[in-house]
Amino acid sequence: MAGIYIHIPFCKQACHYCDFHFSTNQSYKDLMIETICKEIELQKDYLFNQPIGTIYFGGGTPSLLNHTNLSSLLNTVYKQFQVDPQVEITLEANPDDLNLDYIKELPLLGINRLSVGIQSFNNDNLKYLNRTHTGNEAERSIKLAQEYGINNISLDLIYGIAAADHKIWLSDLQTAISLNVPHISAYCLTIEPNTVFGKWLKTNRIQNVDDEFSAFQFELLTEQLEMAGFEQYEISNFGKPNFYSIHNNNYWKKIPYLGVGPSAHSYNIISRQYNLSHNHLYLEKVNKGELHFTKEILSEKDLINEHIMLGLRTSSGCNIDFLKNKFNFELLKNTRLDFYFSDNYMYLSNGNLILTKKGKLLADKITFDLFLE
Amino acid sequence: MDQIRNFCIIAHIDHGKSTLADRLLEFTKTVTKREMQAQVLDDMDLERERGITIKSHAIQMNYQFEGKEYIFNLIDTPGHVDFSYEVSRSIAACEGVLLLVDAAQGIQAQTISNLYLALEHDLVIIPVLNKIDLPGAMPEEIKDQMVDLLGCDRDDIIPASGKEGTGVDKILEAIVKRIPAPKGNPEAPLQALIFDSVFNSFRGIEVIFRIYNGSISKGDKVKFVATGKEYSADEIGILRLQKEPTDIIRTGDVGYLISGIKTAKEVKVGDTITHSANPTQEAIHGFEDVKPMVFAGVYPVETSDFEDLREALEKLQLNDASLVWEPETSAALGFGFRCGFLGMLHMEIVQERLEREFDQTVITTVPSVQFWAFDTKDTKHIVNAPSEMLDPSKLSHIEEPFIKAQIITKAEYIGGIMNLCMEKRGILKTQNYLTTDRIEMLFEMPMAEMVFDFFDKLKTISRGYASLDYELIGYRESAMVKLDILLNGEKVDALSAIVHRDKAYEWGKKLCEKLRELLPRQQFEIAIQAAIGAKIISRETVKAMRKDVLAKCYGGDISRKRKLLEKQKKGKKRMRQVGNVEIPQEAFMAVLKLD
Repeated sequence: MAGIYIHIPFCKQACHYCDFHFSTNQSYKDLMIETICKEIELQKDYLFNQPIGTIYFGGGTPSLLNHTNLSSLLNTVYKQFQVDPQVEITLEANPDDLNLDYIKELPLLGINRLSVGIQSFNNDNLKYLNRTHTGNEAERSIKLAQEYGINNISLDLIYGIAAADHKIWLSDLQTAISLNVPHISAYCLTIEPNTVFGKWLKTNRIQNVDDEFSAFQFELLTEQLEMAGFEQYEISNFGKPNFYSIHNNNYWKKIPYLGVGPSAHSYNIISRQYNLSHNHLYLEKVNKGELHFTKEILSEKDLINEHIMLGLRTSSGCNIDFLKNKFNFELLKNTRLDFYFSDNYMYLSNGNLILTKKGKLLADKITFDLFLE
Repeated sequence: MDQIRNFCIIAHIDHGKSTLADRLLEFTKTVTKREMQAQVLDDMDLERERGITIKSHAIQMNYQFEGKEYIFNLIDTPGHVDFSYEVSRSIAACEGVLLLVDAAQGIQAQTISNLYLALEHDLVIIPVLNKIDLPGAMPEEIKDQMVDLLGCDRDDIIPASGKEGTGVDKILEAIVKRIPAPKGNPEAPLQALIFDSVFNSFRGIEVIFRIYNGSISKGDKVKFVATGKEYSADEIGILRLQKEPTDIIRTGDVGYLISGIKTAKEVKVGDTITHSANPTQEAIHGFEDVKPMVFAGVYPVETSDFEDLREALEKLQLNDASLVWEPETSAALGFGFRCGFLGMLHMEIVQERLEREFDQTVITTVPSVQFWAFDTKDTKHIVNAPSEMLDPSKLSHIEEPFIKAQIITKAEYIGGIMNLCMEKRGILKTQNYLTTDRIEMLFEMPMAEMVFDFFDKLKTISRGYASLDYELIGYRESAMVKLDILLNGEKVDALSAIVHRDKAYEWGKKLCEKLRELLPRQQFEIAIQAAIGAKIISRETVKAMRKDVLAKCYGGDISRKRKLLEKQKKGKKRMRQVGNVEIPQEAFMAVLKLD
C-alpha cells in the first residue's frame, strides 16, 4: 500500500547537524497547514487511487502542530484518498513538545506511532547538538506516552560524535533499551555543508571523527540492540518483530509515496520529484492552484542502481531475480562478487544478496562496485 | 631593397613586447581599430590568456617617412627560455632589434642572453625603455643599466609606453634611420632562410622565410637544402594581418610559401630554400635539430582513449615540431607515449593544449632528463625513462646533462638563491655586479634538478625579482640511482625516478608520505615502500578502510545518494590498478609536488 509524507517546515531552533528544510518563524503556521491541505487536494491523483497504508508527519518539527492542525491535515487525506483501516500514522515529535495534554489527544486523532527525536540522553551531547530538551525530559516524555497507551514508539539516536566517547554511547543505548520501545533508528553523525557543524568543520573548529571510532560505535549499536531483541532490518533501523516501520520500509521496497509540503519528495515507480524548498514561494504557488516541483524520470540504469542500493541496505537484501526478469541484468556476473563472497562481506540466500555485519560497514563501497555503469 | 627593414623585438617575458607590437601595427595602419584586439599577433587562445608568446609570428607593415614608403617586417618572438630556439631563428632573419626593457623591472636574464644572440648576428640594437607610464618606473636607474650593458649612448634610448602609445613614432623613425636595409644579390641563386612554420588545417604547412639572395616566384620549383625535398611554390605571399598572395618575393623580404606540405616534421626551421634548377652552393648557416630536454610519459586518463590521444598528439605535432613522442607502455598506466619537451613550460603548454584543443585529459609521469648509462663494456645507452635504466649488474656509470644557469637578481636575494642552487647540486662559477644592486650569478648544475620546481622556488625566494636563463653545457658523471615505489610489494613503474644517491632517501621518504595522503583507503592495508634495487629505504602504511556507509537513506535521500555513489564509481574507474591497489591519478603527479 502506498504512503503519504507530510513535511512540516518549522522548528523552534536549528539543530547544529540538521540540513532538512525548515524555518524558525512560525507566524504563518496555520496558513501553511491550509496550503498543504490544498496541495493534498491538487495531488489526489498522484497515487492512482492506490490505498494508503501509512501517513507520516515529518519535518521540521511536526509536534509544533496543534491538534486542529493535525486533524485538518488528516481529514483532508481521508477525504481525498482511500485510507486503509490498518493505516500506520506516525508523528515525529520532540520530547519537549510531548506534554500530557498533547499526548492525550493523539490517539483520538488516529495517530498510532511516535518517532521521538531523542538523539541522546547525555546533556553535554544535547547541548552540543543544540537540542531543546534535556536527557531527563527525553526519558519522561517516552514514559508519559507509554502511560497514555502509545506503545508503538521509535527513538532517534545519534552516534559518532567526536566529544562523546564509547561509554557515553553505550549508556545512551542502554537507556534507550531500558525504555522498552519497539523501534530505534540510530544515525552516525554526518556533517553536511549547509549546517552549523558544516561551517565549524570548514573553519577547523571541529573535525570529522576517525572511521575507526564510528565503526566501533556502529558495532556496539548492533550488538547491544540485537541482544535486546531488535532486528536490524535496515542499516540504521532496528525493530522488534512486527514493529518495523511500514513507512520507512516503503522507501526501500520501492512502494509509491506522495510527499506534500515544501521540499517533500514523491515517487511513483517511474519518476521521483521534489517540491520547492522555499516556504513563501511554496505558499504563493500552491495558493494559485499550481504545483511546483522538480521531476526526474528514472532510466533503466537508475532503476537498476536504486534497486541495488536500497536492497543492500535492508536485511532482506537485493533480489537478483528481479533485475534479471525485469531488466535482463545479471548482477551475479560482476567479478567483484567473488571477493565479497570469499571475504565474507555478503552472501546469497534464496536469490537475495545480503550484507554480513562486515559488509554493512562498507555498504556504500560495495553498492557502487555492483552498480551498472 | 633599400626601403625594407627587418627587425624583431627582444624582451623578457612580461616586459610588454606584444603590446608594443600592437601599437606599431596601429600606427602604421596595418590593422584598423576595428580589427584591433590585445596581442594581435598571439593568435592562440592560450597565448592571449597567459600573456605569453609561444610561437614566433611575422607581420609586414608599411610606413611613410620623409616621402618614402618603407616595408617593415616585424618578427615577433617568444620570451620564455624554453622557446629560445625560436628566438635565435628569428634573430637570424633580421638586421635590427628593438631591445625592450621594463622601466620598473630592469634588465633580466633572458634579455641579456637574447641580446648576446643579437650581437653575435651583428644586429643593430635600438634600446627602448618601455612602460615608463608605470607608477613604479625608475627610468633613470634603468637607463644606467642599459648604458652599462650596451655601451650605448644615453640619448639612444627611446622612452616609450606600449600601453599609451608614447614614443612609438620615435621608434618607427629609429627603425628607418638606424637599422640598415638588407644586403644581398638579387641576381644570385635563391637563398632563403626558413625561420618558422605554421600549420593550417586546410592548406598544410605554411613556411615562413626571409630571402637573402635571389628571389622566388609563384610556381617555382624549390628545394629545401637540409632535407633535400623538392616542392612547387603553389602560393607565395606576404604576411599582413591576413596572408596576401603575390607573384614574386624579392631579396631582403619576408614571405610565406604554401606547397602542400602535410606535417611540420618535414620542415626544419633554420633550413635554406633554393631553386631546384639553379641551387645555391651553400646553405645560409647550419641549423640544429631542436633537442628535447625534458621527457615524461603522457597517458590517457581513460585507457580506452589511447588512439584518440595518439591522434591529438599527431595533430599537435603538425604545428609544434619541437614536440617529439613515441609509444610507451606502463604496467600501471597502460598504453601511452613518452614525450620529449623543450622544458617544463613547454610540457605544461602541451598538456594544456591537449586538454583544450583536443579534449584529452592526460596523466603525466615524473619528468626526467636524458641520462646516458654506460655498461661494463663502456657502450652508451640513452635513458629517457626510468624503465630504460640498465640493470645495476650491467651498469658501469651514469652521466647526466649539466647546464649553465644565469640568474640575475637583486643583491639582497643572493643568500637565498645561493642556498637554493647548492641544494640543487649547483656550483657557483662567477658572480658579477651589473649595477650596485643587480647581480648576475652563473651556476653550473644538473639539468635534472632544474626540471622540478627550481624556477618556482627561485621566484619565491626572490619574490619575483630573479630571472633565469640556461644552456646545456654537456654531460658529466653523477652518482644516480633508480628509485622504485612499491605498493603491497608490487613495483609501480610509473612512479620510478632516477635521482642522485645523496637525495634518494629524502625523495623516497617524501614520496611515500605524499602517497599515503593520496591513496584512498581500501578494504585492506596498503604498504607503500621506496626501494633502491632490493633495498627498502622508506615505508608508510595506509590503514584499511573500516567504515563506508551513510547513515540515512529515506525518501528524500534516494536520488541524491544514488548519484553520489555513481560519481564515486566513476572516480574509481579512472583509477589505475597495480596488484590489488587502486591508485588515483593525482598520485602519479605527486612527484611534481614534493616539498
